[in-house]
Amino acid sequence: MKPPPFRYVAPRSVDETLAVLAEYGDEAKILAGGQSLVPLLAMRLARPGVIVDINGIRSLAYIRRRGDRLAVGALTRQRAVERSPLAKRWAPLLWEGIRFVGHPQIRTRGTVGGSLAHADPSAELPGVAAALDAEVVVRGSEGERTVAASDFFRGYLTTALGPADLLTEVRFALPAPPVGAAFLEVARRHGDFAIVGAAAVLRRNDGAVADARLVFVGVGPGPVRAVEAERGLQGSPGSTKAFTEAARLAAEGLDPDSDIHASSEYRREVAAVMARRALEAAWQRSDQPRRSADRGKGR
Amino acid sequence: MPTRSFGARIPRNEDPRLLTGRGMYADDVRRPGMLHAAFYRSPHAHARIVRVTTEAAKALPGVAAVFVAADLPEAIRGPLPKLIPHPTLIHHKTQVALAGQFVHHAGEPVVMVVAESRYLAEDAVDLLEVEFEPLPAVVDLEEAVEPGSSTVHEDLDTNVAAHHVQRVGNVEAAFARAPHLFSERFTIDRGASSPIETRGVVAEWDGRTRSLTVWDSTQAPIRIRNYLSQLFGLPESQVRVIAPDIGGGFGPKIMMCYPEEIAVPFAAIALGRPVKWIEDRREHFVATNHERLQIHDAEIAVDRDGRILGVRTIYLHDAGAYCAYGLTVPIVAGTTLPGPYKIANYHAEYKAVFTNKTQTSPYRGAGRPHGVFVMERLMDRVARELGIDRAEVRRRNFIQPHEFPYDLGGLIYQDGVRLVYDSGNYPEVFRRTLEQIGYAQWPARKARYRRDGRRVGLGVAFYVEGTGIGPYEGCRITVEPSGKVYAATSVGTQGQGHYTSFAQIIADALGVAPSDVFLTTGDSGAFGWGTGTFASRAAVVAGNAVNLAAQAVRAKALAVAATMLEARADDLELSEGAIFVRGAPARAVPLGEVARAANPLRGVIPAEWEGPGLEATRYFAPPSGTYAGGCHAALVEVEPETGGLRFLRYVVVHDCGPVINPMILEGQVRGGVAQGIGNAFYEKLIYDEQGQLLTQTFMDYLLPTASEVPAVEIGHVETPSPLNPLGIKGAGEAGVIPVPALVASAIDDAFSDEEVRIGEMPLNPARLREIIYQARTAPAPA
Repeated sequence: MKPPPFRYVAPRSVDETLAVLAEYGDEAKILAGGQSLVPLLAMRLARPGVIVDINGIRSLAYIRRRGDRLAVGALTRQRAVERSPLAKRWAPLLWEGIRFVGHPQIRTRGTVGGSLAHADPSAELPGVAAALDAEVVVRGSEGERTVAASDFFRGYLTTALGPADLLTEVRFALPAPPVGAAFLEVARRHGDFAIVGAAAVLRRNDGAVADARLVFVGVGPGPVRAVEAERGLQGSPGSTKAFTEAARLAAEGLDPDSDIHASSEYRREVAAVMARRALEAAWQRSDQPRRSADRGKGR
Repeated sequence: MPTRSFGARIPRNEDPRLLTGRGMYADDVRRPGMLHAAFYRSPHAHARIVRVTTEAAKALPGVAAVFVAADLPEAIRGPLPKLIPHPTLIHHKTQVALAGQFVHHAGEPVVMVVAESRYLAEDAVDLLEVEFEPLPAVVDLEEAVEPGSSTVHEDLDTNVAAHHVQRVGNVEAAFARAPHLFSERFTIDRGASSPIETRGVVAEWDGRTRSLTVWDSTQAPIRIRNYLSQLFGLPESQVRVIAPDIGGGFGPKIMMCYPEEIAVPFAAIALGRPVKWIEDRREHFVATNHERLQIHDAEIAVDRDGRILGVRTIYLHDAGAYCAYGLTVPIVAGTTLPGPYKIANYHAEYKAVFTNKTQTSPYRGAGRPHGVFVMERLMDRVARELGIDRAEVRRRNFIQPHEFPYDLGGLIYQDGVRLVYDSGNYPEVFRRTLEQIGYAQWPARKARYRRDGRRVGLGVAFYVEGTGIGPYEGCRITVEPSGKVYAATSVGTQGQGHYTSFAQIIADALGVAPSDVFLTTGDSGAFGWGTGTFASRAAVVAGNAVNLAAQAVRAKALAVAATMLEARADDLELSEGAIFVRGAPARAVPLGEVARAANPLRGVIPAEWEGPGLEATRYFAPPSGTYAGGCHAALVEVEPETGGLRFLRYVVVHDCGPVINPMILEGQVRGGVAQGIGNAFYEKLIYDEQGQLLTQTFMDYLLPTASEVPAVEIGHVETPSPLNPLGIKGAGEAGVIPVPALVASAIDDAFSDEEVRIGEMPLNPARLREIIYQARTAPAPA
């Protein structure tokens, strides 16, 4: 379990990184927190010619509120988000979801940008990004562009990033109150990738659902938005019956793979359970102004 | 009187060193000019090796050598030693150092590359071209014994390595007249012990003294030394095997000789340079022995009161590709099964079966979890079917305290000795466990949980554990002129705290502080006789040898001091590092001075001193194993919608006789419980139909972590063993043994109003949910 030979480059700026990526293209692989890449290297499942270590680019690590968005620099450690009062207050879904990522040791190294760029279908952050209508900021040879989360995730471990692109920032939308959100998952052990995870965001209008977002992880090639269920919830009363029905509908549309941890059937059935619970938790929290995640334990 | 340190909760002598990263593990061994080995391992479960092309690998700069089977001298080219023979083990197949003609499991080493670094060695492995002719793989245990199954070994027409029957009384007759007979099938699947330190070997050859030194992460350094001497044709005195600090053994490191344990010393001798090989985690999953897979068909006959009339178990044991170690696991399973119960008629019959998978050998528990799973599941079944409380059914069948020694009627245990329980108090252990978990109040509490919509079950499982088997261990103890005590035993330590528990025994005998006792363990250069650390035997067998040696040194110290103090030895006392005349503490001499006096520069050594110095070597050879026992109880909550499971409470009451250090013992038990929880709900080795192991990382093979393991409440009952002077019994495997039975019992109880019955381990959420929902859609039983 030793990596094959590679060249190591440690650029000091985004521009320098882009130059290196432009030079090596497909051969290059960006190293951020290394929580996925380093094991892949050690198992010789990834054999990049050049490792581009961006850990020295401090300017890519920040959490800022900009209007109705929370901007998170790509190199921001997951642990920093977890510890950020800003994230907890303004993007409780992100704060709640990120605590399911591995263990503190892993989150201390792992980065927000790395998790999105790697796009593991069972990872929590792509689901959160999809549920919060995130915009992903990408720098490439032709300058900066912004990609909506719905366009960013393109399939199994595949994103809109080209070989010469660097993900620099992600901007999570902060839906206007009264709103509630919840992230729940079933994993084999605490900290494992989700077998099934569900993120729900509900905006309420008095006793009814004004707007709904429901996203699954672990049950498709990337985060899966349950568009039909979302539509069905719009205007419905925030009742257990409505949430159960929406969850059932959402899970019906899934076609998850089987693996050694769970069958496709299990994933689909438990997806309905997770969706129902996430919707109910989000609905309860939508009654509370901006403090929701404080109280939710998450499971 | 000074405080006795036997029985005290004193912190471990080794902790400051180990916990601050100053241990000496195999990978910490760095020798000048050292090379690094990596192995090309078979990608096939079963294949003929057609051709190995090594040129490109040899040409890579930094590569010192590439070895294939044909490069090995004849003595180590063939099958490696058979360890424990048995009359029924007809096909005692063993592994080879490097496979030359056939591979019998994925992961079997075929080529060894030695290079300047491990990185380069692995680069060179990438450049090897090995051509195979794949052969049919035997994977499924039940299919392997079918007539007409393809075979694992080309020269055999069967996969059955052994067929072994043990009988007590007359089961057929008992079954024929029994009013109740229940039969069931039980499966425990494959698992791995997963020590935090994988295996590792560093070998160094000194051409001038013609001596070989090997650092080996093994549980049996002396026996490895003996085999290396035999296989390489060297005198035993010229081979030194050191088992340095070891990060967990759990049984698979008692196996010998692994191919790498032979190949690496060979390379060191051939190249004249030290060679290191550290097993990586992916290698560990396929190259270090597994355990656990057994399928039991079991029947129990009881009378109308639930008293056992007879038990029969017929089972298959998955040996994997070879069975070098022998039949320990299935023998222990069959002889552990009767447990604390009186079973007049018993029949245990198994076939040990080859499959094209990694070979198996004892792993903590070593068949005991299987036996206990079968027996305790049967007891729960009897209770349910007869409508008798499951605690009461057990109580009615317990061997009573006055019935010891209790002869099991002719069963032969793994040590080849007739199985006789030496001591125990099962009713008391059981009573304490039930009291601690609140068994009497449970029905009411369970009903409350149900009213809250929660599924919580109480599980309980009892076990008797054979420990402390022979043949022997030894110890040499020396008082140094500084007054500090040095002890050497060959029993290696893998984290069990021997530097402390043995020191406590010595401290009491010699009147010194445990922190003034220094130990060497597991170094054939320091102490050359012994068998190894396995079968929960180190404290019992080596601990008693330590005690005998310490008592001998004490007697000599008193004799020497008597001369110095002009007093009778009987009037002397040892305390706080000095010897003094009882009642006249001013008439004292420090122990170090006594040591110096016992080793004079000139003069005469009296004959009764039996040689110079305050030193003695003693051996302890028990007549048979000693039998510990205990009971676990737990409250387990199951979430039917997700199949999730968590422990609300966990209680262990354990009897291993007098406890040397309760803190160490409790650590042992807790670690065992954690491993047992892994065996019950997380850890499962999964092979596909081609014999490829699908679980080769810790992302797929799931060890329970601190999040999954509950706090364990531990109680002790101390029934001394009459078989050794300290009265102690082993405890190394206690924690792990009953956990699968316990979890199954708890799940059944959580769903006692439904037909949820657990007969397999390990479970996982998906499987548990499936079992629950199948029971719910199943038609009501007739």
